[in-house]
Amino acid sequence: MNMRDTAQTNDEISIETGAEMHMDETSKISAKDVQVHYGDNHAIKDVSVEIADKAVTAFIGPSGCGKSTFLRCLNRMNDTIDICRVAGEIKIDDEDIYDKRVDPVQLRAKVGMVFQKPNPFPKSIYDNVAYGPRIHGLANNKAELDGIVERALRRGAIWEEVKDRLDASGTGLSGGQQQRLCIARAIATEPQVLLMDEPCSALDPIATAQVEELIDELRKSYCVVIVTHSMQQAARVSQQTAFFHLGNLVEFGETDKIFTNPEDPRTESYISGRIG
Amino acid sequence: MSDAPKSLLAVDVRTKKRNAAEARFKAYGLGAIIVAVLALAILITSVFGTGLSAFRQTFITIEVPLPEAKLDKSGVRDLSVMKKVTTIGYKPLLRNGLLAAIDEAGITTDLSKKDIAKLISKEAPATVRNFVLANPDAIGGSMVFDLLANGRIDGFFKDRVTMESAALDDNTSPEALKLARDLKEAGIIQTKLNWGFLFAPDASDQRPEAAGLGVAILGSLYMMIVVLVLALPIGVAASVYLEEFAPRNRLTDIIEVNISNLAAVPSIVYGILGLAIFINFMEFNQSSPLVGGLVLALMTLPTIIISTRASLKSVPPSIRDAALGIGASKMQSVFHHVLPLAAPGILTGTIIGLAQALGETAPLLLIGMVAFVREYPAAYTPDAGLFGEASTALPVQIFNWTQRADPGFVERASGAIIVLLVFLLVMNTIAIILRRKFERRW
Amino acid sequence: MSLSMSVLLAIIVSLAAYFVAPRYVLGLVDGDRRKLASLPKQFGLSAALTVLLPALAVAGVGSVIGMFGIGLPYVVIAVAMLALLYSIVQSRPDFIARNRAERLIGFVLIAASGVAILTTIGIVFSMLFEASNFFRDYHWSDFFFSTEWSPNFRGNSALGIIPLLWGTLYISFIALVFAVPIGLFAAIYLSEYASPRMRSVAKPAIEILAGIPTIVYGLFALITVGPFLRDYFASPMGLGDSASSVMTAGLVMGVMLIPFVSSLSDDIINAVPQAMRDGSFGLGATKSETIRQVVIPAALPGIVGAVLLAASRAIGETMIVVLGAGAAARLSLNPFEAMTTVTVKIVSQLTGDTDFASPETLVAFALGLTLFFITLSLNVIALVIVRKYREQYE
Repeated sequence: MNMRDTAQTNDEISIETGAEMHMDETSKISAKDVQVHYGDNHAIKDVSVEIADKAVTAFIGPSGCGKSTFLRCLNRMNDTIDICRVAGEIKIDDEDIYDKRVDPVQLRAKVGMVFQKPNPFPKSIYDNVAYGPRIHGLANNKAELDGIVERALRRGAIWEEVKDRLDASGTGLSGGQQQRLCIARAIATEPQVLLMDEPCSALDPIATAQVEELIDELRKSYCVVIVTHSMQQAARVSQQTAFFHLGNLVEFGETDKIFTNPEDPRTESYISGRIG
Repeated sequence: MSDAPKSLLAVDVRTKKRNAAEARFKAYGLGAIIVAVLALAILITSVFGTGLSAFRQTFITIEVPLPEAKLDKSGVRDLSVMKKVTTIGYKPLLRNGLLAAIDEAGITTDLSKKDIAKLISKEAPATVRNFVLANPDAIGGSMVFDLLANGRIDGFFKDRVTMESAALDDNTSPEALKLARDLKEAGIIQTKLNWGFLFAPDASDQRPEAAGLGVAILGSLYMMIVVLVLALPIGVAASVYLEEFAPRNRLTDIIEVNISNLAAVPSIVYGILGLAIFINFMEFNQSSPLVGGLVLALMTLPTIIISTRASLKSVPPSIRDAALGIGASKMQSVFHHVLPLAAPGILTGTIIGLAQALGETAPLLLIGMVAFVREYPAAYTPDAGLFGEASTALPVQIFNWTQRADPGFVERASGAIIVLLVFLLVMNTIAIILRRKFERRW
Repeated sequence: MSLSMSVLLAIIVSLAAYFVAPRYVLGLVDGDRRKLASLPKQFGLSAALTVLLPALAVAGVGSVIGMFGIGLPYVVIAVAMLALLYSIVQSRPDFIARNRAERLIGFVLIAASGVAILTTIGIVFSMLFEASNFFRDYHWSDFFFSTEWSPNFRGNSALGIIPLLWGTLYISFIALVFAVPIGLFAAIYLSEYASPRMRSVAKPAIEILAGIPTIVYGLFALITVGPFLRDYFASPMGLGDSASSVMTAGLVMGVMLIPFVSSLSDDIINAVPQAMRDGSFGLGATKSETIRQVVIPAALPGIVGAVLLAASRAIGETMIVVLGAGAAARLSLNPFEAMTTVTVKIVSQLTGDTDFASPETLVAFALGLTLFFITLSLNVIALVIVRKYREQYE
């Protein structure tokens, strides 16, 4: 993979990206020349990126830059939108997820997703978490299912708060609790990748801190990709950062480096608050 | 987490099962759509299949002698004398005309003269009589008439009556049908467009061939006028009050709940209301378009109010603020700005409400509109008042015909439904065009 | 003189006021309209309404309660003339005519809203009044609990509502069994699966079904569905040889209800937020799993409300059952037998020669009242459920 080519085809300015230094590390997701069209709108242009396993990768950039769109390509959530077309190659564990043989349903069991607004189902907390395991047939009996639910809630760092009221409705929890419930719900299907689309944007600072702590914890077991508006958040939780602008991947590299010593002038402008 | 990483490229058994369930579910949905569309298709074909033929009618074209000796004994063309000759007096003339035509064409038949005369509709003598009374000068000569054929003969040419069924029928016989076929070949019997179906009044049980929708259409038109004149202003005024002026209190709540309930009250209950209040209590004329219109107006009111309120709601508050901001009163802001902007929506809702009212049958049965009416009702008479003369209405006429014994009326009823559906189609198309044309997105 | 003529005259007088009042008041200030407290037009409007409203009120109230007898038209005109005089006298330059006009218009608006209330009161009282006459002659417990319906115009009729209710509920049940799954699945398919092209064809087709008058469905039952069911199902199976039957009316009513159920369900399904669907898709659920396990449970209260509304429609439907169900009051389980309903009997007892002193006629009002309360309670429950459901997602 060659990030330089990508950048050059898009822009006159030749830039060095930091991606190359991770080439030998095991990358979980590898995207090559991804293009996304919404009807006539070219939303993602030639994006290529390697995302490492057992790490948090943050996508940052101004509104409408395509970072969420790109995230939704990684588990083919864009399939549900009629006018959306995806071209290029995205591989997870070296398998092209847009291959005809791939069932998006199976893919999404492997690549879980957490959304911007907490969206618990109007069911009990237990049923919310058990929903995924049930549809994927992960438990053979009630005891196993109970085990999965408890494990997921514990990993979601919400078990202590809800263990006495698993039958209560998921929609009755506070915003932060709801979001952690949604994370637990995503974990319960035993995915390998967790995609998070601005998971804290609807939360207050305390709830945000709790969720960020949880993300840091999840890094040990999963490949986590998080889209965020907040540069501070990206700096706090991620190891790698990708900066998107107008559908282009402008710069990708170690988070520390992007924030302290960006190579592209647009990254610098964004970080210092001039665009966005 | 999972012990052995599964390949995404191989679809596992469980996913296959789930996808099969998905396909089944989708098929159920498609099936439901197909059932619904099929039901519509069958309904339309059934109605059009039986009804289209009502727009064509079998006529017998013969030259009828109009001898002075029979029709005007006085010889001075005095109408009062001529009127004494009833349709019975005209009947032999028609028979003679038909016999002469048969002779001339060289057709032979075993039928008696009386049975031959039965080929002509019982309505036909009245047609000739009306012509003679309107044109006394024609007496003495003869005149070529297009006369209605009997309903059985008409049915024969529309495949409703067959030789087998005629053999069992008192009103016709296979010989008569044979004769009719010969007459058709000779050009004496023809099937032509039937304007009478749209403009003639209803006819009695024995004469389906003469039955028309004239009175029913006129009655429906009168009722729609009453509905429009009452329901539109009252509906708009009520909506303006509820949407723009009403304080949010208990009373307003009650009115609102009340309106949504009125929209769902069975239509027959409105008929009971009309019977008890307008006819028994206020003593308006039974069967009159006025009472029918009043009942339908009350029924349509909730529909108009609901759609008017929706279009008032869609006018953004900024418009009201702008008017108020330059010193208009609340009333002026509503009547000068909000209402004109909401007008297309109100109009659309009104047309749809009218279309509903036009097709409504049940309440009209209870206020006596099912009566047999042959006279075109006048819009105003000093005796009966405005829209007070007995009338019938399009959907009730259809119901009326379904209750008649002669199978010829099934064709009439279906034909009348086509007329009704065409009216509805036109109204709804106008509503859609209005909506498209004036649709505004804020 | 007739009342309509006098109302017409009152309208003419009011139009005259509309044109005279502004001239008159302008004359008082020598044509300088800046000296007026309101626009001249407002003086006209105020005067016209001052004339028209009292006259119309007298005409309306007078004709309803029979005040003044045949003198009413003259009273109406007298009122109009007096009001004209009053409005001219009142038109002084410092009179704020706009406020008066607006107060009067506001009054008209309130009166218009009152028509809805009056209608309900009219419905309830017209039926209560005649039904109470009925119950004076006929014991209420016989009406509500007797299983026999055999009116006899020589008297001594048995007028039990049970067989009619049975027919009504049986037919409605068949209609709902047919319409609810089809309507629901059609709505689901159209909103979740159908391609835009398919939607643009199927949706209007289903909406056409909604616009077809019930008399058309009735005729369809009478000439097509009834004979078909008799010849291909009832007769071969030995279940009867009647073309009008519970099944005929039920099926046709089911077709009528499909668009009703599907458009209500469509609204309700679309009210479930997209975030809910995304959450489910994100976990790897298929569309059908999402619909069955997330969307429908979330929409359930709304769907229940829609079904109740459809049931109320079915129970109150008249023309389809008049033409499709038959006239024989019968308590039977055989769906291919002719049975009758409350609405059919209301029609048959109130058409033709009716004698408003006999219980055989008056029973129709008791039937109507029962029907009204059944449908009213279904509607109220349904509206409450649906409203609660909507609030949940707003």
